[in-house]
Amino acid sequence: MMDLLMLACMFGLSLSIVAALYRMFHRESTVADRVLLLDSLSFIIIGIVAILSIWMDTTAFFESIVLIAILAFASTIALSRFVERGVVIVRDRERR
Amino acid sequence: MSGIGNAVDALVDGVVAVLVVLGTVIMLISSLGVLRLPDVYTRAHATTKSATLGVLCILGGTFIHFLYHHHLVSIRLILVIFFVFMTAPVAGHMIIRAAHRAAFPLADISVRDAIRDDFGHPGDADKAADAGADEAGADGGGTAEDDGAMAEDDAAEADDEATAEDDAMADGNRQEGGTDHERA
Repeated sequence: MMDLLMLACMFGLSLSIVAALYRMFHRESTVADRVLLLDSLSFIIIGIVAILSIWMDTTAFFESIVLIAILAFASTIALSRFVERGVVIVRDRERR
Repeated sequence: MSGIGNAVDALVDGVVAVLVVLGTVIMLISSLGVLRLPDVYTRAHATTKSATLGVLCILGGTFIHFLYHHHLVSIRLILVIFFVFMTAPVAGHMIIRAAHRAAFPLADISVRDAIRDDFGHPGDADKAADAGADEAGADGGGTAEDDGAMAEDDAAEADDEATAEDDAMADGNRQEGGTDHERA
């Protein structure tokens, strides 16, 4: 029962990934949409890995959850700076 | 005795199942919002808020599962819950601030851009700053008497020109970016 429920939840989250990928590759999506959806995709993958670790009853995937969360935050910050002004690291001190 | 244990097992499994299913449903609603909403600013509502709530529900269910069945207080899960709770709003705000500064268009049905109306847009501010810098240069050349003040004025004008050039460069980048977005 519990196993089946966890599988159903993983299936639902993968449907959510499909929806996010559809919007990401949609013709009218902008770059900001794609960055936002990359952030959202990482959250969905965190959820799938958490449900997977309940389903397999192991704690081995928790490190990957931590890593995905940290990398998603860093990449989102870097990509949003790129969207804003075309560079990621601003070396001139006068510009914010 | 074992009957009570089975009942507690079923209760904890039920709580975990409710949390996980709730998180999944919230994530599905979030993706429905991503599909249905018209522009990036409204889609940010769907992705940041509800995706954060959904992933926190799922991680809470996982934490309770391992707490009961393995007697394990997972520091890593607590860390991830705290980290997601702290960083998801920050990331969403960064993306939307970048999108508004890079002048991504609002949806056609939106009636008012409150930030642009109340605080101005970076593009508008650049034009105003350029006009202001020209006036200040004309005034400073005519009326300044003290040499030190003159030097300071010159330095300030040089700074203004430098920032104006930088802004012009930013404008160029933004233009290129705009065409990019339109092409994409």
